[in-house]
Amino acid sequence: MSARENILARIREANGGKERANDPGTILARLDARVRGPLPTMEWETQTRFRERCIAMMSTIGEAESIVEVPRAVASYLKEKNLPTSGACWPEFAALDWAGAGLAVEARPSRGDDKLGITGAFCALAENGTLMLLSGEDTYATTSLLPENHVAVVPASRIVRTMEDAWDLLRRERGSLPRQVNFVSGPSRTADIEMTLVLGAHGPFRVHVIVVGV
Amino acid sequence: MQVTSNQFKKSASRKLADPKVQKALRNAKGKLVVARSRSIRELDNFEEIREAAAQIRDLGLLHMDVLLEQWEKKAVAAGTIVHWAETPQQVNELVIEIARKHDVRKIIKSKSMLGEETNLNHALEAAGLDVRETDLGEYIIQQFGETPSHIIAPAVHKSKDDIADLFAEKHGRPRLNDISALTHEAREVLRPHFLDADMGISGANFLIAETGSTMIVTNEGNGRMTTTMPRVHVAVTGIEKVVPTLEDVALLLRLLTRSATGQSISNYLSFTTGPKRSGDKDGPGEFHVIIVDAGRTQVLASEIREALRCIRCGACMNHCPVYQNIGGHAYGWVYPGPIGSILTPALVGIENALDLPNASTLCNQCGVVCPVKIPLPDLMRKLRERQVTEKLRPWAERFGLRLWAWTAARPAVYGFLTGIAARVGKWIGGAGGLLHKLPAAGSEWTSGRDFPAPRGKTFRQLYARHRKGARR
Repeated sequence: MSARENILARIREANGGKERANDPGTILARLDARVRGPLPTMEWETQTRFRERCIAMMSTIGEAESIVEVPRAVASYLKEKNLPTSGACWPEFAALDWAGAGLAVEARPSRGDDKLGITGAFCALAENGTLMLLSGEDTYATTSLLPENHVAVVPASRIVRTMEDAWDLLRRERGSLPRQVNFVSGPSRTADIEMTLVLGAHGPFRVHVIVVGV
Repeated sequence: MQVTSNQFKKSASRKLADPKVQKALRNAKGKLVVARSRSIRELDNFEEIREAAAQIRDLGLLHMDVLLEQWEKKAVAAGTIVHWAETPQQVNELVIEIARKHDVRKIIKSKSMLGEETNLNHALEAAGLDVRETDLGEYIIQQFGETPSHIIAPAVHKSKDDIADLFAEKHGRPRLNDISALTHEAREVLRPHFLDADMGISGANFLIAETGSTMIVTNEGNGRMTTTMPRVHVAVTGIEKVVPTLEDVALLLRLLTRSATGQSISNYLSFTTGPKRSGDKDGPGEFHVIIVDAGRTQVLASEIREALRCIRCGACMNHCPVYQNIGGHAYGWVYPGPIGSILTPALVGIENALDLPNASTLCNQCGVVCPVKIPLPDLMRKLRERQVTEKLRPWAERFGLRLWAWTAARPAVYGFLTGIAARVGKWIGGAGGLLHKLPAAGSEWTSGRDFPAPRGKTFRQLYARHRKGARR
């Protein structure tokens, strides 16, 4: 017998004496039903909560009235923080007038030495100020990971309340999961030396979220 | 990992006398306990969520076979290559086999406690592979040639100065004195390895049956690097990590990071479903998942199966008065603290960790903070019972207890003997009323403090006199 059969047989034997109502139907039905567990009380307004939690997670927040305003919003953030103005973006932003805003932004996957990475987001979660990023042909996973500075462009209409809502949205619009779903809440960090928090462990030092269409 | 749990007492005494360890533990205790209590207050129905979390984990244990098969079906459909391993040795062999097949030279590793169980790094190095831990704490520990002392904060026992000396020596750069600068030096040193490693190894916090995904909870970004940059990714994970749906994970995550580090959410939650898709510009060409038993089915069949609910947050150790004073290394294996006192004997053999289930006052701090309501003190008591029924306790202890049981069942003999002991004790105690040195097992008590001497009369003698007085 293979390791697989041996392990499964031992699991069944271990559970043998236990009550398993209508097994395996119950558990397979639960998989389809996608029951939500109890949620904490959330008496907050989604848009406000998202901004507050982003700041609590040490992201920064910017705004743009429409998508064409995004390059200028990115430029003003970079200038204010005195950060490098060249880098890479997801192809969905290739046509924006980056040069007009004084930035050198190319639509390509990020390299290990890029200082700036600009991404969109599948959606954002108000509960904890989180971006939901899907890997894909034109939504490179590395753009939000390798550069020191990550700028994410999020339409205000794509801010949902909880992770449960985000999963529902993903099922509705995509049907299945991409290779990787990354929930990003603020810059990368560690407290592995004397429990002291340091930002910029292996991923970005800074995450700037630009909410579009306020 | 080598099991040294049977040297618990010696090792614990050493840690108690080590001022550096004591300082680090005091620092960690203050931070983690306070952070947790603050962050769970964000959930007004914490207890309700905690109850639901325990139920989800129990459901996972009860239907583990169906869920794992369902998970496998979905994972394979997404292109994942699934392996099953019964023993730690098989895990290492499988990983080495995959590495050989892909001509792998350099491996980057994100944290995996199961990898510590199987001594994976050692096996990979022995097979001539270059393996680098990339979680900052794990990296520090690997450079020191040590083992983690905490499952969430592996290098918690090392001071900034220790690490500054280590980095200066290993990196051949000027010695830095600042925690932020040290962290960024490690970032610079590790970055090239992320870019040119051939294989990434990670663990998994959960397996999601609904989608066939593995997921990891991280803060540093090394987990994302490990699962995305190299051309092959291998995830190693225990059978008990399976949960039904994405909704179930969402619920468990509200508790996991709050219980672990006091964060409302960790920086990165990464759900991986299969290898690189056609058209993708990044991601590994092959994604392997190794599903591991390594003693878990035995735990599932035993009286301590609730221990498999564990989601590895570390809250039980952070809140344990024993752990808080001796740290993780004294426990002698991968998992320290209360959960370690249960999992170690359960996974490596009860006879190899006799002291651990007894290394607790059963104060139940661990049981109170456990996010999945594992009754940790009850499980430790069950292991103590098993030690007695399997006659694993020392000869003198068993004889002593037998003797006590014999006399306790004979009230007259018991009264006679305790009467003598009370009088002798009073005489030895003298004017101070304290015993400075007890015989046999009592000597461990009096090596650190005095024992109050009996006052000359037993309880039964006093009670009889009291009754007589009342009747009159």
